[in-house]
Amino acid sequence: MLTHATVEESQKLEAVRSRLMEGQRSRGSLIPILQTIQKEMGYLPAEALDLVAGLLNISAGEVYGVASFYNQFRFNPPGKHQIKVCLGTACHVRGGDIILENFERKLDIKEGHTTEDREFSLERVACVGCCALAPVVLMNEKTHGYMSPSKVEGLFTQLEIAKKKSESNKTDGSE
Amino acid sequence: MIKLYIDNWEIHATEGISVLQAALDSEIYIPNLCWVREMTDPPASCRLCFVEIAGRPAPVTACTTIVENDMEVHTDTEAVRELQRTSLKLLLSAHHVDCGHCPANKKCELQNLARFLKVKLKPAEFPTYQPTGLIDTSHPHLDYNRDRCVLCGRCVNACRDKNGRPLFTFAGRGSETIVTPLFPPAGQALDKDASLVCVDLCPTGALTRKG
Repeated sequence: MLTHATVEESQKLEAVRSRLMEGQRSRGSLIPILQTIQKEMGYLPAEALDLVAGLLNISAGEVYGVASFYNQFRFNPPGKHQIKVCLGTACHVRGGDIILENFERKLDIKEGHTTEDREFSLERVACVGCCALAPVVLMNEKTHGYMSPSKVEGLFTQLEIAKKKSESNKTDGSE
Repeated sequence: MIKLYIDNWEIHATEGISVLQAALDSEIYIPNLCWVREMTDPPASCRLCFVEIAGRPAPVTACTTIVENDMEVHTDTEAVRELQRTSLKLLLSAHHVDCGHCPANKKCELQNLARFLKVKLKPAEFPTYQPTGLIDTSHPHLDYNRDRCVLCGRCVNACRDKNGRPLFTFAGRGSETIVTPLFPPAGQALDKDASLVCVDLCPTGALTRKG
């Protein structure tokens, strides 16, 4: 359920911690503190919940209770490629859930999770406002309309190609 | 002392208590689930303790209504029972009805309520609960089974009232809400007795003692 911070992130968290120690430390500042941490880290790792609990002298469970109530707080790191599958009415009717399932199978993660290598994170969103293109997928804020299982494959192939290209460019540059 | 009439019986009650408590103290049963005696601020979330009070346009929840002099309360009218049945059916539709395998079988308050209100345990008009299989065993003294939990909040609210700080809290939102045990900060001991009081408060088999 909760993701543990990497070594790098722990250092980042330490930096945020010293900043928070100077600010408001009452129960009422719980949400602003969580927002500050998420802004800094991109998500709330398990260690962050313990940190906030320590700051405000409440139980980490209580912090989780509040944080898990709000959609804006996430407990898994955003991937390098954030995939958002639209499941609004139009996309739902035109098989958005099939597209979501395609991504789930391809990445071997459930909706709302992040791949082990933090390359991809998968989310469902309510409506991205271009129903005429249903079913829609957002990949890092780029919109892909009229999605189909074959197009899902196509997206990954494109990423593979782009990756290979940048790698070969790197090796060319170093020579 | 305040004099009021519940189902045409003359009742004497202490000032400031709720209609629900006055009725229960006089052995008049009003269905209830989320209310616990000595509660300071009842959540009124189960919507089972409706009563009709003369002069009020619609049924009210007995747990949040304070007794008044010459109040005329009716606990057994058609409107009240209809509301109670609907509430109970909704609660049951959010509960994994599997009494044969449940430790609370025969001492379950949902069963008692269903018997009292003559409601089937698997009401036909609402979809039946799809079990999630989620069982939280992180607590040293008790286990929490999400599929049996109807989120009445007794363990959350009553423990906060009794111990001054909650031992459980709600986490998540909507249909994904769960109850999560709260652990004291590192170095402080977990109060075993208080935790077990919460287990005894659970109306269903959601919180069970370990072992």
